Amino acid sequence: MNSGAIVFLVLVAGVTVLGFLAAGWGRADLTKFEEWALSGRRFGTVVSWFLLGGDLYTAYTFVAVPALIYGAGAIGFFAVPYATIAYPIVFVVLARFWEVSRARGYMTSADFIRDRFGSRSLEIAVAITGILAAMPYIALQLVGLRTVFFQLGGIFAYGTGAAALIVAFAVLAAYTWTSGLRAPALIAFVKDTLIYVAVIAAVIVIPAKLGGWAHIFAVSSAAFAAAPKPGHILLPPGLSFAYATMALGSACSLFLYPHSITSLLAAKSANVVRRNAALLPAYSLLLGLMALLGLCAVAAGFHLTDPNLAVPLLFATYFPDWFAGMANAAIAIGALVPAAIMAIGSANLFASNIFGEFSSTRAPGAIHVAKWLCMAMCAFGLIFVLAFPVKYAIYFQLLGGAWMLQIFPSFVLGLFTKRFHPAALLAGWATGMAAATWMAIATYTPATGMSPNVTLTVFGSSLTGFIAFYALIANAIALLLASIVINRRPLQTTPSG
Amino acid sequence: MRKNWWYALLLAPFLGLLYPPLYDRADPALGGLPFFYWYQLAWVIVTSLLLGIVYLATRERTRE
Repeated sequence: MNSGAIVFLVLVAGVTVLGFLAAGWGRADLTKFEEWALSGRRFGTVVSWFLLGGDLYTAYTFVAVPALIYGAGAIGFFAVPYATIAYPIVFVVLARFWEVSRARGYMTSADFIRDRFGSRSLEIAVAITGILAAMPYIALQLVGLRTVFFQLGGIFAYGTGAAALIVAFAVLAAYTWTSGLRAPALIAFVKDTLIYVAVIAAVIVIPAKLGGWAHIFAVSSAAFAAAPKPGHILLPPGLSFAYATMALGSACSLFLYPHSITSLLAAKSANVVRRNAALLPAYSLLLGLMALLGLCAVAAGFHLTDPNLAVPLLFATYFPDWFAGMANAAIAIGALVPAAIMAIGSANLFASNIFGEFSSTRAPGAIHVAKWLCMAMCAFGLIFVLAFPVKYAIYFQLLGGAWMLQIFPSFVLGLFTKRFHPAALLAGWATGMAAATWMAIATYTPATGMSPNVTLTVFGSSLTGFIAFYALIANAIALLLASIVINRRPLQTTPSG
Repeated sequence: MRKNWWYALLLAPFLGLLYPPLYDRADPALGGLPFFYWYQLAWVIVTSLLLGIVYLATRERTRE
């Protein structure tokens, strides 16, 4: 076993121990749902910063964004405007959501929807959307993890990484069971520190070894032009709208995901949320620098069948073994932290909003349901990745992201106005979900797979844009039409759901 | 109500980033990075500063 594998094993074993020790953090009663799932809403600015950073900037992000740029160039950089404009949204919308959630004891977005609109159907729609969107996201963390196992080789790659994946996820499920949200929160400190060290070292060392950024851009530009499927260093004009709508649509849906909501609600005050909105862009800067490593991989002349290997291979090529081992550990731990939070967040949704009666108080057995569902989510992710080709997880994730955005109207309008009827919001949601699914399936071809963007042709002019965004427009139109129809009927005092 | 005007600052990143033709060019480059790339990275820092300013200007000092 080389020094890289040893460093990797020591770090991963270390965070596993931390995961179990986290149960004793703050001497809380972990049989209480709110303590297990939200750590009793006690996290201050620093803990929240590490937790949210560890949660939102997943291993998959740090692998897939450079991979996208490696494959296609400038369009992949949309992750940077996305991870920038998300924060004004957090500052205004999510800080407000935190306030109402604290006042009314909400643990999920669907808790808020139920209380705000009094509609069981809308509550279930929101909960199911969140769970469906979280499932492929967990699977993709496993894909990130498996990339690292391939890179490490040896016993890690045994059975195409299946053995190592099963061990990793069994351990993850075990410490999430015992420690709840405290486990990923504590581990996030290690994960984020490792990621910062690895990325900063990478953006200093790798461009220098490749002859500087100007040279990297010149070489990769030529390589893109010569590629069979050409990439671009600058955005082709036809992709401007797609680029902008991908950034905006993704920014609007980021904080609707159950894992984001869970981490945000664990903060101890709305000001902690606001301060974090100002401080979290540090991670976006890191992501942007990491994204540029995709071009370094082009300039380095890598010819990869799996572009996800671009970043691990850069570390293996330009750094000593032990440092590459640390970078691999950073990516692996970076997969485990969000996977745990996603499992907890979707388990919260199921236990609070689907299981049990329609009531403002949670069923007494909810924590047990949540814990078992958390295990089931981990198992689902594992089975999905082991049983199906990676591309299905990616397609499912694309669909999940487009679906997630469809609860944006209910969530945001619910926070700021009382004008909309739940039946109208439900009609908008159903229309958006159907439109997103239909458009995504329509883009599928056996050769190119499914695309996040679709070209719509209206009155002879065509425009390529983000499917989730187009579906949101359909959602909004249906919402307005349904509102007009409902408002013409006599006023109902108790909205039926 | 007057302090709510500070929130208007938060529109700036949307205006600066959501119209790509505004910044989709190679020049002027900075440290070898084409304008397209460093312009967007600069917005990350500017947005963080704007959020810090709005936070300080609008927070309620009596609480916490």
